[in-house]
Amino acid sequence: MVTSRSRGDVLFDLFTYGFLSALLLAVLYPLYFVVISSISNPDFVNQGNVTLYPRGVTFEGYRRIFADAQVWLGYRNSLLYTVLGTILNVILTLTAGYALSRSDLVGRNGFMLLIVFTMFFSGGLIPTYLLVKGLGLVNTVWAMILPNAVSAYNVIITRTFFQTSIPGELLEAAKMDGCSNTRFFLGIVLPLAMPIVAVMILFSAVGHWNAYFQALIYLKDEGLQPLQIVLRKILIHNEASEAMMDDIVNQAELVKMAETMKYGMIIVSSLPVLVLYPFLQKYFMKGVLIGSLKG
Amino acid sequence: MAAANPLRTKRMEGIRRKRRKARLAIWQNYELYLFLLPTLVYFLVFHYMPMYGVQIAFKRFIAVKGINGSPWVGFEHFERFFESFQFLIVLKNTLAISLYELLVAFPAPIVLALLLNQLTSERFKKLAQTVTYAPHFISVVVVVGMLYLFLSPKIGLVNRLLVSLGFEPVYFMASSAWFSTIFVFSGIWQNIGWSTIIYLAALAGVNPDLHEAAVMDGATKRQRIQHIDFPSILPTIMILLILNIGHLMSVGFEKVYLMQNQLNIDASEVIQTYVYKAGLLEGQLSYSAAIGLFNSVINFTLLLAFNQLARKSKQASLW
Repeated sequence: MVTSRSRGDVLFDLFTYGFLSALLLAVLYPLYFVVISSISNPDFVNQGNVTLYPRGVTFEGYRRIFADAQVWLGYRNSLLYTVLGTILNVILTLTAGYALSRSDLVGRNGFMLLIVFTMFFSGGLIPTYLLVKGLGLVNTVWAMILPNAVSAYNVIITRTFFQTSIPGELLEAAKMDGCSNTRFFLGIVLPLAMPIVAVMILFSAVGHWNAYFQALIYLKDEGLQPLQIVLRKILIHNEASEAMMDDIVNQAELVKMAETMKYGMIIVSSLPVLVLYPFLQKYFMKGVLIGSLKG
Repeated sequence: MAAANPLRTKRMEGIRRKRRKARLAIWQNYELYLFLLPTLVYFLVFHYMPMYGVQIAFKRFIAVKGINGSPWVGFEHFERFFESFQFLIVLKNTLAISLYELLVAFPAPIVLALLLNQLTSERFKKLAQTVTYAPHFISVVVVVGMLYLFLSPKIGLVNRLLVSLGFEPVYFMASSAWFSTIFVFSGIWQNIGWSTIIYLAALAGVNPDLHEAAVMDGATKRQRIQHIDFPSILPTIMILLILNIGHLMSVGFEKVYLMQNQLNIDASEVIQTYVYKAGLLEGQLSYSAAIGLFNSVINFTLLLAFNQLARKSKQASLW
């Protein structure tokens, strides 16, 4: 097919590869810079001497981060909310998505409308807060899990997946054999649905791990705060806990160590997500999201 | 009369048979309803109850009396909001950020998807996707934390670059003028790759024969993008545009709130941060519920209007 490529096309390719390479560097470099800064001597970092590789390698920042009770507590809480929340999310999304994918479900258009409408209109922050408070969920683990137990968007994606990838003949054959809906779902549909299960696990887990606003409004108790709230204190409000640096008396040293620890905290908090991502990536590459918009 | 009866009974019979069939279908599929039940309960409780509760926007909410027991005050809270000096400021800030996003951040992934689709090297394409998707998974707290670090006036990467090029350092995070630019471009950094997924999926559905025929006719790559690729993802673009316009008044609240400080407040106070502060920090629950409702209604109206517009002009629309 490629016999005589026009000069314009060659230029176009040149531009495309050049532009995309520059973009990749622009996306990647900030992340890379955080990594090398977190293990470099803060003096080098602050003077701008760390650009391509770490200098004066030290793990002092990480040592202090891991010595801090607040960070561990946040980690534990975030892990708890993520695991519980993801289990609930995935179970509800899959079962609802499957039921709504069945054309023989009487009333399914009405149910869909009920769910889709919430994507476009909501009661807003204050009525939701009053409801959560009225249910007695404020300051409990459940405030981090129940108010976002299902996402309408995820239900739609899952439904579309089932509609397009589970052949109708399978259901017919199973019905002939007297297979119940539950057995059919667990035994035949689920094993075929692993790509969407993986994607839903990823979406839910990342969402819960990264959630901070719910914690901000629903949790007052220090002992319940997730990692993102601890991060907010350290990264944005510059409130490194006393315990982290109580042995440093020199003010300048204190500031320097605080900066190094910020880089370290970014790595420590993003690590679980960045580790999970490559494993699940191949699934959403497969175009699981095709047609997700056709509500 | 006698002649009409058989017909009528026949029709009645048909309806009855249909109903019986529906009942049978419901009975046979009772498990499916059990599958759906928890999700329906969730939406009724956590989404429809607040819609019922939003009536406090028209009441003077008194906690001990509850939502139903509180006295009605009509549009008092709305009037107070429209007359407050904050109204124009938060409206202007919200729209400024939203329109900036729509103009710059919305087209960015479209361009990226069209370029990625032209790549002949599968390996490079995969690498580009892997890298550009990654920031999507980083939390908004971390992204804003990185902004503070990189844009710091003394030790930040960006200012050191500016100084080495002979410019004056800028305290970006304390500047109202820079606020929306930082907000929009850090958003592009985080989401440009992820947002291409939907467009790439649409591009994968383009019939390769079209491209082959175009190549035969001597079309250049640029022409093929313009006349084949772009038109084929136009419906997707329209749908996403309508959805975006339906959230025009809701700029990414969580990120705005994290980026906000006393020095950039002139540009960073948007409707939703104002609702949060007035309602949950200052306890003016009815007043801020009214502002929230005003926001939702405008969003929903815009969605309906733009969907209608798209339908009228024979473009793809939501319904």
